[in-house]
Amino acid sequence: MESLVKYVWIIPAAPLLAAGVGALLPAGRRRLGAGLAIGAMGVSFLLSCAAFFTTLHPGRAACNFRWFEFGDTAVPLGWVLDPLGAIMLLMVSLVSLVIFVYSVGYMAKDGNFTRFFCFMALFAAAMLGLVIANSLLLFFICWELVGLASYLLIGFWFQKPSAAAAAKKAFIVTRIGDLGLFLGMLWLYARTGTLLFYDGGHGCLEQLGAGGLAASTGISLLIFCGAVGKSGQIPLHVWLPDAMEGPTPVSALIHAATMVAAGVFLIARVYPLMSAESLEVVTWVGALTAVFAASIAVAQNDIKRILAYSTISQLGYMMMGLGVGGVAVGMFHLITHAFFKALLFLGAGSVIHSCQDEQDIRKMGGLRKLMPLTFATYAVGMMALCGVPLFFSGFWSKEAILDAAHHWRVSQAPFYLGLIGAFLTAFYMTRQVCGVFFGTPASAESGHAHESPPVMTVPLAILACLAVVAGFFGTPAWPWFQSYLEGGRAALDLSKIAAAHQLPILLLSTTLVFAAILLSGWIYLKAAARTSREMDPLEAAQPAVFACLNRKFFIDEIYDATVVRLTAVFASVSDWLDRAVWGGLVRAVSWLALALARLDRAVDEEVVNGGFDACTETVRGSGEWVSRLQNGQVQRYLRIIGLAFCALLVLLLWGSQ
Amino acid sequence: MLNEIIFLLCASLTLAGAVAAMMLRNLVHCALCAAGAFAGLAALYLQLDAQFVGLAQLLIYVGAIAILIVFTIMLTRGDEVRPGASIASPLWWVGLPVGALVLACLVGAIMASPSLLRLPAGAVHAPVRKIGEALMNRYVMPLQAVGLLLTAALLGAVAIGLREPRDAESKTQ
Amino acid sequence: MTTPLANYLIVAALLFSVGLAGALARRNAVLVLIGLELMLNAANLNFIAFWRFGPHAERLAGLMFVIFSIAVAAAEVAVGLALVIAVYRHRRTAQLDRLDSLKG
Repeated sequence: MESLVKYVWIIPAAPLLAAGVGALLPAGRRRLGAGLAIGAMGVSFLLSCAAFFTTLHPGRAACNFRWFEFGDTAVPLGWVLDPLGAIMLLMVSLVSLVIFVYSVGYMAKDGNFTRFFCFMALFAAAMLGLVIANSLLLFFICWELVGLASYLLIGFWFQKPSAAAAAKKAFIVTRIGDLGLFLGMLWLYARTGTLLFYDGGHGCLEQLGAGGLAASTGISLLIFCGAVGKSGQIPLHVWLPDAMEGPTPVSALIHAATMVAAGVFLIARVYPLMSAESLEVVTWVGALTAVFAASIAVAQNDIKRILAYSTISQLGYMMMGLGVGGVAVGMFHLITHAFFKALLFLGAGSVIHSCQDEQDIRKMGGLRKLMPLTFATYAVGMMALCGVPLFFSGFWSKEAILDAAHHWRVSQAPFYLGLIGAFLTAFYMTRQVCGVFFGTPASAESGHAHESPPVMTVPLAILACLAVVAGFFGTPAWPWFQSYLEGGRAALDLSKIAAAHQLPILLLSTTLVFAAILLSGWIYLKAAARTSREMDPLEAAQPAVFACLNRKFFIDEIYDATVVRLTAVFASVSDWLDRAVWGGLVRAVSWLALALARLDRAVDEEVVNGGFDACTETVRGSGEWVSRLQNGQVQRYLRIIGLAFCALLVLLLWGSQ
Repeated sequence: MLNEIIFLLCASLTLAGAVAAMMLRNLVHCALCAAGAFAGLAALYLQLDAQFVGLAQLLIYVGAIAILIVFTIMLTRGDEVRPGASIASPLWWVGLPVGALVLACLVGAIMASPSLLRLPAGAVHAPVRKIGEALMNRYVMPLQAVGLLLTAALLGAVAIGLREPRDAESKTQ
Repeated sequence: MTTPLANYLIVAALLFSVGLAGALARRNAVLVLIGLELMLNAANLNFIAFWRFGPHAERLAGLMFVIFSIAVAAAEVAVGLALVIAVYRHRRTAQLDRLDSLKG
């Protein structure tokens, strides 16, 4: 590990280089653009595997260097290689590689093919850099870069006004969270004097033990603000559904698997700083978000929006897991969620691609027979998300969270909220699958859908396998994942499943999931069989409730009426102040300066020039007048000499008397 | 007594010649009368025991300068005053009072001076030898300077009086 | 020598004013020059008179002055007459009221 950690910077550097070169490519070189990105991602994946294998021996290695100095203060940066980082590296590089390959097929008809891969490579580089960062400053830099890449990719089709608005919204809302993160950073630096996580005992996360920094609620809550923005917890979740304006690979990579997980990763990274109070806050926020988003997803009709709200809900679960159970619980769900959510998004992309960019589930149907491979993989993903037991990873990761919530000493409410969320998740996923894949096609496009090309279906298959297999690494029978992260050794013990405190929860959640699937299937299979589907059965039953859920609890409208309007008022006041008051002042000063200048010029031209001209004119005139005396007549001169002689004589002789 | 008569004669000769020189119409007559005035002055010098100067006056003024004047009158004959026209310059009536004024001032000055009726101290001898010695000893520098001046005047007069080449003269015609 | 100094001085003064009046009143340039010579001669007479009647007549100061004055007057008259001739050649006139091109 010590020897590899010096080279771990290559993992983000390779896609960064690909992005740099890709930015210079002309738009026609599609193969080269995609090849660069996929090649770089391949290199990163191989190195991540190597890094992962070195971390199988417990331990942590950090490599720090001085970035710059000013005066006596040095700003160090560095990267760290430990189990938490290594598992994230592996997941990010693998999912990115798979999605890059998928994008070659999905974006084949787009004119901005090379630009797409350039931005995706940039994103991958920033995400990988974020994972290995050993300094909160480097982490923040990569955090912002990831946000930038997200903005660029959400607004990829910037000619669409809705896409441009969504990109702006994403950036601004996450900015609000980042403000809290930045303040937390400053506070942490002020308290500990360093932003390095691990520095041979002096890092800010290492100063907690021997009489150093006591876990500070304030710092950790501020840092959690950043995570709230980036991971779409309430109240800063509003950008994630709108971010679905971007291409589907973008939604899969950024807004399902990786970037939104960066918030969860942040909390996991700075976990030593979290006090009990802040962990409570994290839990409550996560639990409420989970139920809130799941309930909205029930009433959505856009295939990607359903998945977006599902992502928000699952992120809430992750936060809840971090709060009640610790790093391992939250991270396990993060890793499994990455695989099956990416799978679901890519599957949705495959459906959209075949239905000529149709995204409304009410216009789809019966795609099960027309796109069998997509249906199979989508079904695997859906069952993983719902938590269908035993063979699907989502079951085991959600189990771990619910188990930890049940044992939480503060309150049982998050446990019940988690159960409600699980029910709703299964409900809306079944609704979606029924609406898209079962029944009869509701439009001409979906009637003519065909299976996607292999470049798109092979990644789906890979992710489906991972969605199944990844779960086996964290079962109670073989808690490899937990022990890997915590540094212990795990033993395969099948009897643990049947342990007393685990089994009731397992059974309870399984029952809820199956109940939801059956209920939803019964309602929606009938609805899907009809060719025209204006009215959702739930909408017919409870129009008011459905409308409220469909309109996302009117959060966007509330924000628009309050925060946005307030900002607009403030902006117009500032504008008026700037234009009228400060601008007026400046104009007054300039007017004064101009007036003074004109006065000066007038004085100069009239008084000074005039006076001077008058003087010289006088001199010239008098000279001209005097010169008239000299008329060229010698005798006149002689006369004058004579007179002068007389005068002189008189003066000399009689003047002195 | 004799002295005074001689003085009066010489003085009146001088003054008459001067007045005639300034008032006659014919220019050559004027020049000759001027020569007469110079001669009268020479006589006065002789009476004043300045023999060298008196004879020098005769030599130079009467012998050279008056002749020169006559030459010049001869050479500038072309623009004679028409008979009947005035020989006086315009504004002559300003010039005469100026002359009178000057006379008045001078006479006034002379009359007011204390040494008016002074008589000479004694006999004065100014032999040429003494003049020569003085010229060579005390006044050698002025002598050289005057020599230079005369050379320059000679050259200047020749240069000014030189006839210009044919083409330049035809231009002025 | 029984004529007093004053007589000589008055003669000189008269000669001077006649010369001046003639120089101012006549038109011809040569006559102006003659008037100039008369003025010079009047001054010379003054010098000789003062030399004769003044103290230290053995020093010959007045005499010397007059000698040099006559020399200089000769030079000056030569040049002046040459000038008149040169002007006459150009302008075909020796009348002073027509020669006024050196005006200011």
